[in-house]
Amino acid sequence: MSTDVTSRKDELDEAINQPLSAQRLPRWTPWAVLAVSVVLALAVTWPAGAPLGGVAVVAIVLNLVLTAVVSTAREGSRKAKDRVATTLVTTAFAVALVPLVSVVWTVVTQGATRFDAQFFTWSMRGVVGEGGGALHAIWGTVIVTLLATLISVPIGLLAAVYLVEYGRGRLKRWITFLVDVMTGIPSIVAGLFAVAVFVLFAGPGVRLGIMGAIALSVLMIPVVVRSTEEMLKLVPHELREASYALGVPKWRTIVKVVLRTSVSGIATAITLAVARVAGETAPLLITLGLTTGTNFNPFEGRMATLPVFTYYQYTQPGVPPEFAIDRAWTAALVLIILVMALNLVARLISRFFSPKGGR
Amino acid sequence: MAKLIDVSDLNIYYGDFLAVESVTMTIEPRAVTALIGPSGCGKSTFLRSLNRMHEVIPGARVEGKVVMDGQDLYDKDVDPVSVRQHIGMVFQRPNPFPTMSIYENVAAGVRLNAKRMRKSDMDDLVESSLRGANLWTEVKDRLDRPGSGLSGGQQQRLCIARAIAIRPSVLLMDEPCSALDPISTLAVEDLIGELKNEYTIVIVTHNMQQAARVSDQTGFFNLSGVGKPGKLVEMDSTSVIFSNPSQKATEDYISGRFG
Repeated sequence: MSTDVTSRKDELDEAINQPLSAQRLPRWTPWAVLAVSVVLALAVTWPAGAPLGGVAVVAIVLNLVLTAVVSTAREGSRKAKDRVATTLVTTAFAVALVPLVSVVWTVVTQGATRFDAQFFTWSMRGVVGEGGGALHAIWGTVIVTLLATLISVPIGLLAAVYLVEYGRGRLKRWITFLVDVMTGIPSIVAGLFAVAVFVLFAGPGVRLGIMGAIALSVLMIPVVVRSTEEMLKLVPHELREASYALGVPKWRTIVKVVLRTSVSGIATAITLAVARVAGETAPLLITLGLTTGTNFNPFEGRMATLPVFTYYQYTQPGVPPEFAIDRAWTAALVLIILVMALNLVARLISRFFSPKGGR
Repeated sequence: MAKLIDVSDLNIYYGDFLAVESVTMTIEPRAVTALIGPSGCGKSTFLRSLNRMHEVIPGARVEGKVVMDGQDLYDKDVDPVSVRQHIGMVFQRPNPFPTMSIYENVAAGVRLNAKRMRKSDMDDLVESSLRGANLWTEVKDRLDRPGSGLSGGQQQRLCIARAIAIRPSVLLMDEPCSALDPISTLAVEDLIGELKNEYTIVIVTHNMQQAARVSDQTGFFNLSGVGKPGKLVEMDSTSVIFSNPSQKATEDYISGRFG
């Protein structure tokens, strides 16, 4: 027993007496190790004629092993674990970036071919083969998304206010549960729901802009409710009490204090929800159909939208196919730009409205 | 406009839990009444029940009478919102509205209630309230700056200015200095001394010196054990409570032997 204690004490002493400065690898080591791993991976796989992905996998594994070996030899095991962890995290980040960069690169290079004035000023009416544009689809996407926003924002916002400020007990639990379920429904089901509703009083085979808007709001409402709810929960309870203590009624407190304090978060959440549904394809495919001409009236006739336009240009390109496929890529590019612009708007809104601190 | 409040046989509940039992006291007008006692004895709960802020918490309710001006505040046809317009409140942590400027914070009581007021009248109200809270000279050049940019002590005085801008008859303060440094505490205490000329003030405090310094009347709350309701043990003028209390528990508490 006593020897055990002494040896533990010795160990402690040793740990304490370790010098503060230890041998460290120079700062460029990780890059050097990476370069060596890549060269080695190429050398090993080149004769076998492995594809690029295979080379990358071999290089990543080699990089991890070499980092561990080099660091253990010079810096000891604790530092080596740290370096391996850092390498793992960085590699995971780089791998996650690959599909993103690849998609953007492909869409930009392929879409640039038809990214011209005609694409934004022409519809597809009477166009066969070369030329034509997506003006009708751009308008369709804008109108349908706007309508969906008009429907879902009031419903979603008020539902969130109910859940946070008024709801209690069983009803609140059920609404929360159903909203959670709704966030997970496949988008095609939302489209089928809109079709089923409109078939009841407009007959079979009907295709309207408003149907698409309703399908999109079925997808959008739960997102708006959830994110707005989180934002409202972030408002400190003290602010509500401060307002009540001034003799302000509850509804005014909610409008002027709670919503005002969280408006930047809510606006951001709504914009992101809009961006999320703007690219939906499946529900629009069955509710809107496709036209070749511009239709501004969501209550009559079919409408084209960018995702559906892209889908049909790609799957039914006609002969020769390359013109339609070019148009499909450009439409995809325009959609990406649209969604990215909405994200930027969300950031601007959040910066503009957020409570200002500082002196 | 200061008013007398008569509390008789007040029981305060959180759901089924009786938090404060059978409080009877008279709160004098134009005077400072301090409530002291160990943590969890129901001082704050009692204070919040005076302007019906207690019932904001789900499940909370009150039995008994709180009479101001011959009117029972818990009468069926009394609107809690208008009660709170007559009895203002300052909280433990300073809580200025973060989206509003200093000016708007003081004007909040009027603006949030959508009362119309001319710009010049509003300017006067803001200035007199900020002067009343001893804050005017410090902020008069930056009224349009956000209220959350002030220091903690200034924020608390801003909250007091906000509370007195609605011209209440009674001002309730729930440990207003517990988050402040000694200098800001002194500023707030001086302010309480001035405000009592116009308002009835009830203050909850953990600081016995503070109670002795600022108050005219002191009530001592205590609870007999964990899970038991808090009770008003003794209430008397501050000098009597701190020199010659009639209850042993009061003496033990103020001399620091427990609590």
